[in-house]
Amino acid sequence: MAKTIVEKILSSHTDTNNFKTGDIIKARVDFTFANDITAPIAIKYFKESGARQVFDKKRVGLIPDHFAPNKDIKSAEQCKLLKEFAQEYEIENYFEIGKMGIEHALLPEKGLVLPGDVVVGADSHTDTSGALGAFAIGVGSTDLAAVMALGEVWLKIPPTIKFIYSGKLNKWVSGKDLILYTISKIGVDGANYKIMEFSGEVIKRLSMDNRFTMCNMAIEAGAKTGIIEPDEKITLEYLKGRAKRPFQIYNSDPDAHYEKIIEIDVNKIEPQVAFPHLPENAKPISEAKGIKIDQSIIGSCTNGRIEDLRIAAEILKGQQVHPEVRLIIIPATQDIYLQAIREGLVDVFITAGAAVSTPTCGPCLGGYMGILAKGERAISTTNRNFVGRMGHLESEIYLASPAVAAASAILGRIVSPEEVK
Amino acid sequence: MIIKGKVWKFKDNIDTDVIIPARYLNTSDPKELALHCMEDYDFEFVKKINQGDIIVAGRNFGCGSSREHAPIALKTAGVSCIIAQSFARIFFRNAINIGLPIFEFEGIADQCSEGDLLEVDTVRGIIKNINKDKTYKSNPLPAFIQNIISLGGLREYVKEELKRREKNV
Repeated sequence: MAKTIVEKILSSHTDTNNFKTGDIIKARVDFTFANDITAPIAIKYFKESGARQVFDKKRVGLIPDHFAPNKDIKSAEQCKLLKEFAQEYEIENYFEIGKMGIEHALLPEKGLVLPGDVVVGADSHTDTSGALGAFAIGVGSTDLAAVMALGEVWLKIPPTIKFIYSGKLNKWVSGKDLILYTISKIGVDGANYKIMEFSGEVIKRLSMDNRFTMCNMAIEAGAKTGIIEPDEKITLEYLKGRAKRPFQIYNSDPDAHYEKIIEIDVNKIEPQVAFPHLPENAKPISEAKGIKIDQSIIGSCTNGRIEDLRIAAEILKGQQVHPEVRLIIIPATQDIYLQAIREGLVDVFITAGAAVSTPTCGPCLGGYMGILAKGERAISTTNRNFVGRMGHLESEIYLASPAVAAASAILGRIVSPEEVK
Repeated sequence: MIIKGKVWKFKDNIDTDVIIPARYLNTSDPKELALHCMEDYDFEFVKKINQGDIIVAGRNFGCGSSREHAPIALKTAGVSCIIAQSFARIFFRNAINIGLPIFEFEGIADQCSEGDLLEVDTVRGIIKNINKDKTYKSNPLPAFIQNIISLGGLREYVKEELKRREKNV
């Protein structure tokens, strides 16, 4: 029978034959991970379960990235728990500050999550790795403890919505704009419990970094995960020299069953800006122009990769950040940071008057490193603009691409990159 | 199990940043988390609710972050059950896994007023609104999930499974 990529991956990870949508299966897990917020609870439950070891020491990741480098004493205590647990259970993939990056950028970069994998992470943006053709889902801490102990997860077989993107991308339109546009069309629960499979000629031409951005935000439409079929030119090229173990490529059959197929013509899509307080509130940049900002954030698991920084540098080169704006740039991993230094991007940022931070989730979830005061407004390349997400309850977040965030930082108001280039 | 409690109503798309703001995630202590539950929505919420009260909400309750701190904060603050038109999927899993009963029922928010007394049969998924003298039947949970709940949550399931595996070695 014809199958989608997700159905094929799950078939290869379960002993249940001929499952159908809605069935519950137990699936073997290839890689599992948690961060300094979700791991402490998972560690407690894991220890209480009576498990003597994790299911596979090479397939568990612990990444202190949310409130790390430790922002206060309580955060330090939480990060310490991860380190001690990693030592006690000989977990190989613990990433100390200095090697740490934001988990969803770091794990693909290190070749620890791969095409055809079932990946379970205790963080909602685990879906990011779907860009490699993996089935990658976010869970909570109890689920994570169960996966660490048993090496398997219970799953309800989800239906898939296929998105086909056709046409030619306009200048300054990126993966971020495509996903914001898509969420605005289907709503923040438009794909609840479902898979979003991104396909079509536009996706085939889309770079790996932009693919990560798209899959990253599938959760903002409620999806179980986002996924893109792996290909030779982009996916396998990215994995060269990275993959830590063999992997399997799966593709959707042409006659696979989809719950819905949504076709999107990208020719008419402008850079997008999602207004407060939901990611579904995306509007074309032409309708957002002129909104005054106090802060611009370029970073996060959504948009902290090298291509994002290159675009920001292209716009900031020879320019100055507006005197009343704080521009904070956060490379997502140490490798990306180093690459940005080698390419001279960090030079451009600092010369322009931006602050450049060590990798951290920091401001995205209102942790630290760029919290908003009452009444302040930020443009941000992050993924959520919920009430109070980045600070004071009466602050506002506008979500956009790195190009729009960089251009807006220069003029002090939301603008199209065209206005500064 | 039969749960009886007063209704607290919430709108659509209540996200986990509202249920427990990230600024409090530097702890996983349930009691501390419960102190700040829903404070960005209603600063007095924790003071106002009584042990056993029930949340009734619109669509997509618990969207956003995967933080299990959200259902933990609600449960510890005294919430005994959540009934919504729909839940975000990670929140749904987390609530089941920690043993907080939750049910989906189309249009439930329109059927209840704040303060109504509800009686919920958690096994059969039957919801009675005592004030309005109405009964609603939620879809029963799949057998596998009911098994997890009857064992007392996923943690108990893991313990059983580990024991079973040890015997088979």
